[in-house]
Amino acid sequence: MIDLNINTDLARQILTGFIHSEVTRVGFSKVVVGLSGGIDSAVSCYLAVEALGPQNVLAVRMPYKSSTADSLEHAQKVIEVLDIPSITIPITEMVDPLFERFPETSSMRRGNIMARARMIILYDQSEAFHGLVIGTGNKTEILLGYTTLYGDSANALNPIGDLYKTQLRQLARALGIPEEIIRKAPTADLWQGQTDEGELGFTYEEVDKLLYLLVDQRYSPQDCVEAGFAENFVRTVAERIRRNHFKRILPPIAKLSNRTIGYDFLYLRDWGT
Amino acid sequence: MKLTLALAQINTRLGNVEANLEKHLALAKKARASGADLLVFPELSLTGYGLQDLATTVALKPSAHDPIFRRLLEASHDLDLVVGFVDEDSRHRFFISSAYLALGEVVHVHHKVYLPTYGLFDEGRFFALGDCIRAFDTRFGRLGILICEDFWHASPPYLLWLDGADMLLFASASPGRGLGDEPQLESARWVEQINQAYASLFTCFVAHANRVGYEDGLNFWGGSTVFDPNGELIANGPYHQEALTLAEVDLNQLHRTRARLPLLRDERTALVMREMQRILSDAKPEEK
Repeated sequence: MIDLNINTDLARQILTGFIHSEVTRVGFSKVVVGLSGGIDSAVSCYLAVEALGPQNVLAVRMPYKSSTADSLEHAQKVIEVLDIPSITIPITEMVDPLFERFPETSSMRRGNIMARARMIILYDQSEAFHGLVIGTGNKTEILLGYTTLYGDSANALNPIGDLYKTQLRQLARALGIPEEIIRKAPTADLWQGQTDEGELGFTYEEVDKLLYLLVDQRYSPQDCVEAGFAENFVRTVAERIRRNHFKRILPPIAKLSNRTIGYDFLYLRDWGT
Repeated sequence: MKLTLALAQINTRLGNVEANLEKHLALAKKARASGADLLVFPELSLTGYGLQDLATTVALKPSAHDPIFRRLLEASHDLDLVVGFVDEDSRHRFFISSAYLALGEVVHVHHKVYLPTYGLFDEGRFFALGDCIRAFDTRFGRLGILICEDFWHASPPYLLWLDGADMLLFASASPGRGLGDEPQLESARWVEQINQAYASLFTCFVAHANRVGYEDGLNFWGGSTVFDPNGELIANGPYHQEALTLAEVDLNQLHRTRARLPLLRDERTALVMREMQRILSDAKPEEK
């Protein structure tokens, strides 16, 4: 049985506790969130406000000249509802020179450059505001690798990375996030007309169910086909998960000594705290 | 006879034994002031759970010669204590352990016998397997201690029951997992169900102290419980928050329950032994 329903009260309690614990135990009290106007960053932002208080959450809007007006407006709505400090830093002036230098740049390259420019701004604001960067990537996109390495995937802690997109929608409703943000088509908004589902070739609704079987329930691809998923779809998704694993782990270090970081030098990040 | 049992559902600092010791001593004082006779701390309460390579550097020797244990033993003059730590034995093997301290003495040390090494767990990589399941005598009667995965297996509580324990003290650092649409995590539901089942099946008291807090992305769910010999819940702590949970334990309930339901009297240990020997002697080598 595929049941992606979650108890949103419990999720909220655990995730706000996580943010509070992981931020304060290393001596911080504040966080920085890149607010895109979409549902994922809105959920991270609401949770951070609940965990740390509105004055301790800095929302950063980072539009490009082609970003839709909706994105900026929806982000602004979150900022106003939560009454949090915010800053708007357009990335146009940062990335356009690079685009001009390489006019043949593909959408993929452009998207990656933009995601990494935003990372630079967030980490700079992290230092300026003395806040940790909160992650906004969900389980669906992390598994599918639908993310830019060292771009939108870069963060100090991620409260929502174990929730599928369809579960995030449930949590978003429970948090009271404006309905237009929850309902609109998810998009990285890297170029006009881009939507996640258009680019991926399937809907979150469909793929979340398949991922739940493949990952959470440990179904084999063949088991998933027998459970009613199209073989081609299963193969595409399973291959995406495998091919994108490099985005989910630290780069391997070549082992030479008897004690090597990553292999036999093992400590949690919370070591000593 | 009645006793006041206290469960210390605490957060810990990973690898900072001094800081955790201070918290233990403060809670011992608080519990005593609330009338507690026995205070149970969770698994690895002096060290934190996800130790990995810290395991060998935070290890202690449970005796008055150890400066940490000396202070705990002093506190045990006021009330009995169960504390969680890493025990380094004389051959330098490291065990996940819980010690029972009373009147300045180390009464009993349990070494965890089942080390989960699957899924998110990696205990077998860092720790030695305990090899003993023994009940022990206290001023509250005969008790037994188990640590987390020990009681996910049915045999350790069964052995303690047969060894005379009328109250089972369980210590855990149980990571919360399995979020569905229920108000509890799957891991919490599972542990509560089996603890209630042990209390019912063995007509004994079952007390469970579980920690709270976070280590990296793991949450610990708390929800400490005490079940009586009828399988009734007599005390429980909140989920995910630090708490000192007190339970009035009326040991005469053992008499009343077992007068009604003589499961212990009727338990056929010789039959179990005979069948166990047959099962093990019939088994192919790889099943032994």
